[in-house]
Amino acid sequence: MNPLGYVARKAGLLFRREQFHTELDEEMAFHRAEVEKELIAGGMPAARARVEAARQFGNATHLRDESHTVVAFQWETVMQDVRFSLRQLRQNPGFALTAIFILAVGMGVSVAIFAFADAAVIQPLPYLAPNRLMDVAENGAMLQRSNLSRADYEDWKRLNHSFSSLDVYGGSGYLLQTPSGTEPVPAARVSDGFFRTLGVKPMMGRDFLPGDDRPGGAKLVMLTHGSWVKRFGSRTDMVGQSVTLDGTAYTIVGVLPREFEFAPRANAEFFVPLLDKNQCEQRRSCHNLFGIGRLRDGVTEKAALDEMKAIAAQLAIQYPGSNQGQGAVVQPLSEIIVGPVKPIMLTLLAASGLLLLIASVNVANLLLVRSESRRREIAVRGALGATPARISRQFVTEAFLLGMLGCAAGFLVANGTMKGLVSLIPKTMAQNLPFLWRVGIHWHEAMYSLCIALVATGLLAVTPILRLSFMDVRDALSDGNRSVAGRFWRRMGANLVVVELSLAVILLVGAGLLSKSFFRLLQVDVGFDATHLATVQVVAPPAAYTKPEQQVALYRELSRRLSSLPGVESVGITSDLPIQCNCNTDWIRIVGKPFHGEHNEVNERDVDPGYLPTLKAQLIRGRLFNEDDTASKSNKIIINQKLAEKYFPGEDPIGKTIANGSLDAKSMREIIGVVGNVREGGLDDELWPTEYEALYQSPGNYVAVAVRTVGDEGAILPSLVKAVHEVDPTLGTYGELTMKEQMNTTASALIHHTAMWLVDGFAGIALVLAVVGLYGVVAYSVGQRTREIGVRMALGAQRGTVYGMVMRQAGWLTVIGVGIGVACAVGAAMLGSKLLFGVRAWDIQTLSIVAVVLAAASLAASFLPAHRAASVNPIEALRTE
Amino acid sequence: MKRPDLLPGTLDMLVLKTLARAPLHGYGIAQSIKRSSDDVLTVEEGSLYPALQRLLLQGWVKAEWKMTDTNRRARFYTLTAAGRKQLGVEVSQFEQMITAIGRVLSEA
Repeated sequence: MNPLGYVARKAGLLFRREQFHTELDEEMAFHRAEVEKELIAGGMPAARARVEAARQFGNATHLRDESHTVVAFQWETVMQDVRFSLRQLRQNPGFALTAIFILAVGMGVSVAIFAFADAAVIQPLPYLAPNRLMDVAENGAMLQRSNLSRADYEDWKRLNHSFSSLDVYGGSGYLLQTPSGTEPVPAARVSDGFFRTLGVKPMMGRDFLPGDDRPGGAKLVMLTHGSWVKRFGSRTDMVGQSVTLDGTAYTIVGVLPREFEFAPRANAEFFVPLLDKNQCEQRRSCHNLFGIGRLRDGVTEKAALDEMKAIAAQLAIQYPGSNQGQGAVVQPLSEIIVGPVKPIMLTLLAASGLLLLIASVNVANLLLVRSESRRREIAVRGALGATPARISRQFVTEAFLLGMLGCAAGFLVANGTMKGLVSLIPKTMAQNLPFLWRVGIHWHEAMYSLCIALVATGLLAVTPILRLSFMDVRDALSDGNRSVAGRFWRRMGANLVVVELSLAVILLVGAGLLSKSFFRLLQVDVGFDATHLATVQVVAPPAAYTKPEQQVALYRELSRRLSSLPGVESVGITSDLPIQCNCNTDWIRIVGKPFHGEHNEVNERDVDPGYLPTLKAQLIRGRLFNEDDTASKSNKIIINQKLAEKYFPGEDPIGKTIANGSLDAKSMREIIGVVGNVREGGLDDELWPTEYEALYQSPGNYVAVAVRTVGDEGAILPSLVKAVHEVDPTLGTYGELTMKEQMNTTASALIHHTAMWLVDGFAGIALVLAVVGLYGVVAYSVGQRTREIGVRMALGAQRGTVYGMVMRQAGWLTVIGVGIGVACAVGAAMLGSKLLFGVRAWDIQTLSIVAVVLAAASLAASFLPAHRAASVNPIEALRTE
Repeated sequence: MKRPDLLPGTLDMLVLKTLARAPLHGYGIAQSIKRSSDDVLTVEEGSLYPALQRLLLQGWVKAEWKMTDTNRRARFYTLTAAGRKQLGVEVSQFEQMITAIGRVLSEA
């Protein structure tokens, strides 16, 4: 046999299809005529012989098809099926559009969420061999992961053998001189090998060289791509130029590539080498850096951790004052960057997957209803010689077409949803999400879309086939056997509806729990009055405000000036605003109590006399600061209730003294008051002990101003900024936000908020789809049972009984669906418990509300068909047959 | 009475063998097989014409329109050289099969 000739002949026939058919027809007509002739010769009358010949010969069309399939290419029949399917869809545009719309929404949302999860969690970090990069940090009694001190870093770097390079970064900010005034700009200080460790090369100019970060070295800076575009108009001659930060000239040595991102310092515009040790870095006990290490080949994470722990233990012996109890943590860098968003991303991905499933099941249900109404068509085709396989293929083709159209539309929806979601993210949040620019349709997304398209299409194709395989062609033709096929369909459709209802319950419970968590989060007692509070961060240029007296004078002037603004009730100044983080801590020692060098970690805040009254923090004992608590007086502090409970159980802390571990005379400070717990850390963080020192006794260049207003706190923000600049135009200001905005943009609030809104949205869609599905099933079954209902009523059934009969069916489906759903939902909620706050996975309230909502919706959905059933006119119903 | 079905896969061979004697049209092939087998084997038209298309595509037979004895136009099929070779292959395969089946059946 010659395969080449075979294909050539087959292809040749493709262009002579017409001739092929006429020849075949003629040939078969000849055959029939010969049979006829033979029969007549045998003595049969001519008329009967013609019929008999035709009968013997069989279905001519079918025969022609058989021959055709031999010469035809497979795709020709596929095209036939596709053409027919398209005609089917066009014939019933309402059905087609509904199905495509539902699929598109399910697909679109799912792919869009996947794109976010992909960018945030799945794609590897954009560094060289990112899985060899480790986050290296210290850990203490209270903090699982705390900053490294510079002195410790230098020792760790010198002593370790696990890392081929170990570098550090720390947060920083500078006042940038711009034509429109001074502007505070976020930046980062890094050791010289930082970018080499990450494997990032500058797009322009050079990287920092070894030794560039030594104290006393030249002032150098690298720009991020964003800053280069925004502030320097993408000028290619920027390398070598200088930029003024905090009044000092820094030479630009390089510009980082566009793809560069570093989530822990996501908003940094400038990268500056460590250079001189700042005040904090002169002490081993002051921690302000984080490490990044690249593991040497063959070294495991565990081995590195063990070595760093050993080094930390050695340093603890060498420097007990600062290092006692300080251990080490080594974990993959991705854990730090991806870890926080992982739970929310996985939850959203799962939720969008459920939504897609509901959408597919719903469309499968629609197809089922349609296949039912096409029973006669199928029967006719079967009678005309279509094999079951061919009819099944027709349905698969239709499902496939529908699936593909839905998925294509879904792709468009996905694109739109992605853009919509990205634009919905507030700017303040977006700059902390550097992965956002990677969100889009890449090959990951294409693969994912293809996979879910195949699964969804498969589901759509399988349902009517399952249904068809149970159907007898002859029965269907007679169309009088509603009970049998109807019952089967009822079961099939009902099963799908139960699945849909359970899925909807899972989403609704998830939405309920997340909403409740968010609600609980907002209800957290913050310990102060967060309404009518406006805040702004102020940076004093270090060159102009070097001496403490200058800084104190500035605060007094700021306070005086802002207080005189119309609508301002009071003004307070602090080193850190509340609800930010349990950070900027201090190790304390209670004078007169046993002490063994342990690190008693407490939040430390420096506040002016107006601050605590402005917050309306509750004074429990003693007094607050006044204008006399200045550097010339002995140090005073106020503690929060938590600190009092923890370190002075059953005692009156007023008059007691707190100091640092070595009892330095300078560090001695007397407790003058106890205030209620103002929440300094995030809303879902633990409440920490906090000490408030007098800002006038330990001033700094960075402060935050809180202003209590009489009226709308948002309206006063612009005049607040203006007034600050009137005090001194060289002061930098940023973060003009109301306290409410401040709280709503904290990481925990944002995560809970986003999760809540998205899952609520999914759940809403799911509820609608599930209820529509239930309606479809009940309405269909009522339609099928019209005659039965007519008979029942003719025999004396009351309308109430008919209502009951229909509603009972819907009721059962709902009960089963809700039952299964609740069980799955509790399981799912336990898996996602990381996202819950102040609410348990089996929260009775949420579960019962969901059950009631779904029951009510189901009742409403089945009431309409029940009503229709009860209004059946028995005479008409019986006459329809 | 139900006549036995053709053994699967033997139709092509029977058609080739029939054509090896003389070129024939479709009806003639069916008749010839029926006659040669003493009415035991009937070739269904539903399988004959697809089989002929298959043989044509394989290049084992050729077809041309000619006039019959009764002066009607009919499509006559002729065995090609490749077809003759194929017939040999199929016959020997079939004989091997029959011998093998016979051996199994004759085992007591």
